[in-house]
Amino acid sequence: MSRRGRRTPWFAIALAAVGFAFITLPLVGLIQQVSWGSLVDDLRTPEAQAALRLSLVCSVWAAALAMAFGVPLAWVLARVEFRGRAVARALVLLPLVVPPVVGGVGLFYAFGRNGLIGQYLWDWFGIQLTFSTAGVVMAETFVALPFVVITVEAALRGMDRRYEEAATTLGARRSTVFRRVTVPLIAPGLVAGAALAWARALGEFGATITFAGNIQGRTQTTPLAVYLLLESKPEIAIGLSIVLLTVCVAVLAVLRDRWLGTG
Amino acid sequence: MSLAAHVGIRLGTLALDAALTAEDGETVAILGPNGAGKTTLLRGMAGLAPIDAGEITIDGIRLDDGDEVFVPPERRPVGVVFQDYLLFPHLSVLENVAFGLRSRGTGRGAARARATAALERVGLTALGSVKPRELSGGQAQRVALARALVTEPRLLLLDEPLAALDQTTRANVRRDLRAQLGAFGGVRILVTHDPRDAAALADRLVILEAGRVVQSGTFADVSAHPRSEYVADLVGMNLLRGTARGDRVELPNGATLVAAAAGAGDVFAVVHPRSVSLHRDHPTGSPRNVLGGRVETIDATSDRVRVGIGGPVPLVAEITPASLHELGLIEGTEVWASVKATDVTIFPA
Repeated sequence: MSRRGRRTPWFAIALAAVGFAFITLPLVGLIQQVSWGSLVDDLRTPEAQAALRLSLVCSVWAAALAMAFGVPLAWVLARVEFRGRAVARALVLLPLVVPPVVGGVGLFYAFGRNGLIGQYLWDWFGIQLTFSTAGVVMAETFVALPFVVITVEAALRGMDRRYEEAATTLGARRSTVFRRVTVPLIAPGLVAGAALAWARALGEFGATITFAGNIQGRTQTTPLAVYLLLESKPEIAIGLSIVLLTVCVAVLAVLRDRWLGTG
Repeated sequence: MSLAAHVGIRLGTLALDAALTAEDGETVAILGPNGAGKTTLLRGMAGLAPIDAGEITIDGIRLDDGDEVFVPPERRPVGVVFQDYLLFPHLSVLENVAFGLRSRGTGRGAARARATAALERVGLTALGSVKPRELSGGQAQRVALARALVTEPRLLLLDEPLAALDQTTRANVRRDLRAQLGAFGGVRILVTHDPRDAAALADRLVILEAGRVVQSGTFADVSAHPRSEYVADLVGMNLLRGTARGDRVELPNGATLVAAAAGAGDVFAVVHPRSVSLHRDHPTGSPRNVLGGRVETIDATSDRVRVGIGGPVPLVAEITPASLHELGLIEGTEVWASVKATDVTIFPA
């Protein structure tokens, strides 16, 4: 907005202001509904405690699984040339855009008791994933995985691969190169991927309720509890919402320098 | 032959097909323009680019034959100093130097002890705990060299080891590097596009142009008899080694050359053949250097003639065919060569 430069058009400012207000007003609406005095007690209720505990356990598991499979997946997509790589990448990123409820339906027909693989899991091992905590972890991993792949693949493509070459000329085997050179050089990408995956898993709703159901203490995670309690016990729903909001703000703050730039 | 390499690699528009041999204790400079395939040749020897045809052997052990044999880089007795050095930014200087030993299975304590000794040899013991980004260009180059040599390779490859440095530090680092290379007993191959690096560091030149070796030999041979105009432009200069005193350079045989400012110590004096004028009679005038001699060689390449003059100060002069004809020069003719002091460039050896 320098005086010597061209003027910023007023309608751009106006539209930007509307957009900004549209994003921030719901936050204000949420925060002004919080009854701060009873917040701690609301979060100590059995429903809230069960939901928070389950969410913490499931989201950490989901983030760990997303890293365990997402990092190798990103490595293959970034480093191995094969036919159909572009298609494979597009498919891996699909959960980013597919409605979570559709993902849940897909999970149901793949891993449910009558599903593609699920029927054998049930027939041979007696394993049922639907309506179980494991099902929650699967649904959350499903939506979180692309965040790991997208950030780690970008980090792998962005790093100077000549450092890896330098390491091999020094006698390092592939696994040593990966552990001692590649991983430290892409560490910011790994941290960002894990944090985003965890935040996404924590907030997952649609795939979870479709695939795993809504059983308190077993599959009712915090977002599900918020939805369910909003009418009967709104103060608990609002308290839980504030917890989720705070966690997301914290993740954004952590990633600000490393991933989103400091601008 | 300690190193015998015949490297054929096709890479985009480059068709590299170059042969190279070298003995222990010898430094060979690969010189050529950008895109000639110098770095690709180096990568072939390091194992970073498998060769399509040819053969690479060290001490008679085959490392790559373009077919069944391919020893991966981590199992070759080869150390590499990369352009920009590529010190691992997340490791300390000491950990960088110890990296090769750790990767090859040396225990932590022993690796640290040997890395410390290697840093001591390059005079950087005090900087062991520092991260590479805090090093100057010259220090980084020494660390890269220590890192490459600590595993005791048989072949040391250096890719433009001085290109990342500014002109003022370059001469000093070049001198250090020569001393360091002298202490390494294996084969040293140096890629550079700067003939001064080649002159100061190498025993022998291999000139690469568009993927082919166009000429090889000692610097004196190649610069005295460049086989193409490109080689003549690149290295076809008079390079005289001597000791500088004030504005004079004393050559080992006692002859002297006057320069505008010679400095002190061991130097190279460079005189471009185009700056050497030839006369049948002793000339009078401003040139401070008037040197007597006898025509020894006459090489004609298209529109220029290079006349080699033997005498206390051996020089090559580049003149036109018309001048050659006018002066009536043939081998054995006595001539006077004149060079202005301002045309004598000095750089430390």
